[in-house]
Amino acid sequence: MRKYISEFLKGIIRENPTFVLALGLCPTLAVSVTVSNGIGMGIAATAVLLGSNVIIALIKDMIPDKIRIPCYIVVIATFVTITELLMKAYSPALNRALGIYVPLIVVNCIVLGRAEAYACKNSVVNSFFDGLGMGVGFTLALILISAIREFFGSGKILGLTLIKGFEPAFVMAMPPGALLVIGLLLGFFNVIKGRKA
Amino acid sequence: MSAAQLLTIFISAVFIYNVILSRFLGLCSFIAISKETRPALAMSLAVMFVTTMSSIITWLIYRFLLIPFGLEYLRTISFILVIATFVQLVEMVIRKISPALYRFFGIYLPLITVNCAVLGVAVLNSDMFFLKGKALAGSFYYSTFQGVCVGLGYTLAMLLMSGIRERLDYCDVPKAVKEFPLAFIIAAIMSMSFMGFNGFKF
Repeated sequence: MRKYISEFLKGIIRENPTFVLALGLCPTLAVSVTVSNGIGMGIAATAVLLGSNVIIALIKDMIPDKIRIPCYIVVIATFVTITELLMKAYSPALNRALGIYVPLIVVNCIVLGRAEAYACKNSVVNSFFDGLGMGVGFTLALILISAIREFFGSGKILGLTLIKGFEPAFVMAMPPGALLVIGLLLGFFNVIKGRKA
Repeated sequence: MSAAQLLTIFISAVFIYNVILSRFLGLCSFIAISKETRPALAMSLAVMFVTTMSSIITWLIYRFLLIPFGLEYLRTISFILVIATFVQLVEMVIRKISPALYRFFGIYLPLITVNCAVLGVAVLNSDMFFLKGKALAGSFYYSTFQGVCVGLGYTLAMLLMSGIRERLDYCDVPKAVKEFPLAFIIAAIMSMSFMGFNGFKF
């Protein structure tokens, strides 16, 4: 049991997909305008990661080595399509807010990266926990970035005004804000890492 | 097909909604390969070629296969498979025909399969130029042109960035922001200046 918990936890801090592995940055930056968008994207990506990790771990012995990448892509694309259809049916507003970034989960490097680096070598249960941990780590990173952007860009978090009389800087809600926040955050984590070492 | 429409596509794909600085597609390759100008140029040209060709191919698939059979929901799967196969094919052809060109593009071509810009432009085309399952007039030309323009926008951002980063080698930057963090901060400033194009109207 402890092994599964450590598989789960490593995706959250030690191997956080966004801040440590620097994978899947495109959707992270594009959808992190508000916290609710960030959470929605995080859940969608987690669902895809879980599904693809489990299926790939199940069929890893049947896939010839040479065409493994196309096989992975088909599995991932199937789960992305399922997620997209579910989102369209049950949460059309979120689907509109995320726009083309929902189908683009298919080229999110985290999903393919975990398939290639982990699921094709490990057991089904391990892969399940790995996918869950990575997904939660990705979601937490998205929440952190989108909370900073939503607060400075519109003075709110999850639609609630925090400080009265705060003049938001709209640029933080625009594309430059995303790049600035991720750059400063990566620098900040470098400083922390330097202190520890 | 009108010249004004083409000009609008050009301005919006290259400047206003620049594929990297505003839509954030292909960001991984943008940060990873923009350290020097020559590889950056090779990658950009490869991306431009693939976005153009995949725009054409995915338009044909969407118009003549998916729509007539009511299979629009298979868009993601079919597009990514065709793009991956196409990139593989191009790599094989280049390796056979021109070893020099292969050395020039070589390692960057396989990377393009998972470049979000390529799938992004295909999805964007099928969103923009198809209305309720019908192709708009001239949509084939618009799609192809948008593929070219997205590639151009990618090239522009890549060349600007690699030029700046080559100069940065001689600068004394704080250790904490060396390499990637600084690249993101520079990209933020570039993105801010590109926002100035937002006022363009025709």
